Amino acid sequence: MRKSWWKVLTVIILVYVVIGGLLLEVPRLHILNETIRALYFHVPMWFGMVILLAASATFSVRYLRSGQKDFDSRAIEFANVGVVFGIFGILTGMLWAQFAWGEWWSGDPKQNAAAIGLLIYLAYFVLRGSLEDADQRARISAVYNVFAFAALIPLLFILPRLTDSLHPGNGGNPGFNAYDLDSRLRMTFYPAVIGWTLLGVWITSVRIRIRRLVQNQEL
Amino acid sequence: MRKFIAVLVFIFFCFSGFAQEKIDITEQDYVNSDVEMADDFRAEGKIYVLTGIILIILFGTIVYLISIDRRVARLEKQPGNNRD
Repeated sequence: MRKSWWKVLTVIILVYVVIGGLLLEVPRLHILNETIRALYFHVPMWFGMVILLAASATFSVRYLRSGQKDFDSRAIEFANVGVVFGIFGILTGMLWAQFAWGEWWSGDPKQNAAAIGLLIYLAYFVLRGSLEDADQRARISAVYNVFAFAALIPLLFILPRLTDSLHPGNGGNPGFNAYDLDSRLRMTFYPAVIGWTLLGVWITSVRIRIRRLVQNQEL
Repeated sequence: MRKFIAVLVFIFFCFSGFAQEKIDITEQDYVNSDVEMADDFRAEGKIYVLTGIILIILFGTIVYLISIDRRVARLEKQPGNNRD
């Protein structure tokens, strides 16, 4: 638990986010009503996922450049926790959609693209599991991981914007782009993104250390 | 360097392009009593019960994560597990 100041920070931020997210004033908007507070919980899952998966792709590139096994361990664990965040994101999104859009799954471009993106990453884990040779597994899955991230970004942020989507910020639907501008929502939203992402990094760091221990055992 | 600046300028214009679609949230939206919110729920103070419940779960989860973190740290200190 040395150098754990950022873990303390994570706890403080998350406590603030829960209290602020539930108790601070929010704008009274039609359709959304109280569910606007999901902005502090649903959206940070996706922000956190993208940040964690970006870290994963970066470590995959570093693995391919250096051949150091430890980078591969970090890449897989960042991807693991990133996908967990993505699953939380899609589940919370479905619940919110049931309320705001009237259906759990309306085949909305944003929902479909997010599901495809997650499936691409699930295939990454399947790919890893299917390769016997350790070096081959590390190298092939690192290449796949870089392409997976390159596919995820347009799926989440570009393609849904090109068509009509119910999701805010897409297809001429202004929604949360506007809310981000509101300084009172920002006061909880930005800490929420930082806090949840830090929690993801924390869990990832523990998983990486466990993986190293296991690898030491195998040597 | 010139390329880098060109990319930055491009990104900047992309954002200003989005900005035109935005709808501002005004102070009016905070006092608009036409929109139904959980006002009674808050007035009765039950929101604090909910906040407390979520905080208990959050604390519990974090305490659990800390205990896992410590256990891993203990294993790392055992001989043969060199820390890097």
